[in-house]
Amino acid sequence: MTGTVHSAVLVAVMSAVTILLRSLPFLVFKGRTPKYILYLGQVLPPAIIGMLVIYCLKDVRMTAAPFGAPEIIASVLVAAVQAWKRNSLLSILAGTAAYMLLIQLVF
Amino acid sequence: MRGQEVKKAFRSSIPVMAGYIILGMGFGILARNAGYGLLWAFAMSLLIYAGSMQYVGIGLLTGGASVLNAALTTVTVNARHLFYSISMIERYRDAGRFKPYLIFALTDETYSLLCDGKTPEGTDPHRFRFLVSLFNHSYWVTGSVLGSLLGSVLPFSTEGIAFSMTALFIASFVEQWLSTKQHLPALTGLGGTLICLIVFGPEKFLIPAMLLITLVLTALQGKLSAGKGADA
Repeated sequence: MTGTVHSAVLVAVMSAVTILLRSLPFLVFKGRTPKYILYLGQVLPPAIIGMLVIYCLKDVRMTAAPFGAPEIIASVLVAAVQAWKRNSLLSILAGTAAYMLLIQLVF
Repeated sequence: MRGQEVKKAFRSSIPVMAGYIILGMGFGILARNAGYGLLWAFAMSLLIYAGSMQYVGIGLLTGGASVLNAALTTVTVNARHLFYSISMIERYRDAGRFKPYLIFALTDETYSLLCDGKTPEGTDPHRFRFLVSLFNHSYWVTGSVLGSLLGSVLPFSTEGIAFSMTALFIASFVEQWLSTKQHLPALTGLGGTLICLIVFGPEKFLIPAMLLITLVLTALQGKLSAGKGADA
């Protein structure tokens, strides 16, 4: 454990940089937002969610047993339940329960 | 605050609750094991409020990283938040007194709940988004505190429960996919990130992926903003 003061400074730095990143676009485009940025604001959400899906699954090993099977099965289940019922809480519950059962009992 | 709004915001935040409490507990336990007790876990979750960054941050603290190193690491891990803010510029523009907190609390999960722009009927959109953000933040802080206090003495195995965050993003992805006919942005995000993951590996792919996605979407601007597909 490092000195308390240095640790507190590091926490403050991490907090400040995170806040800066989150507020930077708002500070830069304070007045009228350029058309290009408005366009990005419209097309980015689905792209970012796609990016986050991959980001969450980045550490899944496809080259060794069980070849990502629990993740694949649970992910397909989430997508299927969502497409069927359009209720995200239900999809998340079903997928997470299936995943927990799969890794604790099956694989 | 009106009771109805609080209730609706709470209901919207439920998909994030389990994941945040469990991942927050994971953080609290990690911090405790590294010698950073309750106050540290609480302060970090309250002030930094960025999941993966806090996990990385414990490593920075124990390793006695320099201020510059901590700042640069934070930029790398959290650069994706620039994206969230860019796509929320218009939506948060007139949020008034709620705006500073809405921006501060724009995490991956909060973003995924709010980025489709829909808010329940009969609610003030800004207050609703503020409340959803606040609920999520409180789950995260509560989880961290619980983890720090309880350590690893849970009565049942929670192994795999963190998958609920993955499930949240998959559900959001499918929901957005079904609500539009224009799938190019979604495919760009999915495909671009996958390519970068394969090329750069799981440690370094996120920033190249952000650049690639921006480039492709920029190249598609003429095509996507022409029709009403840009409403995606």
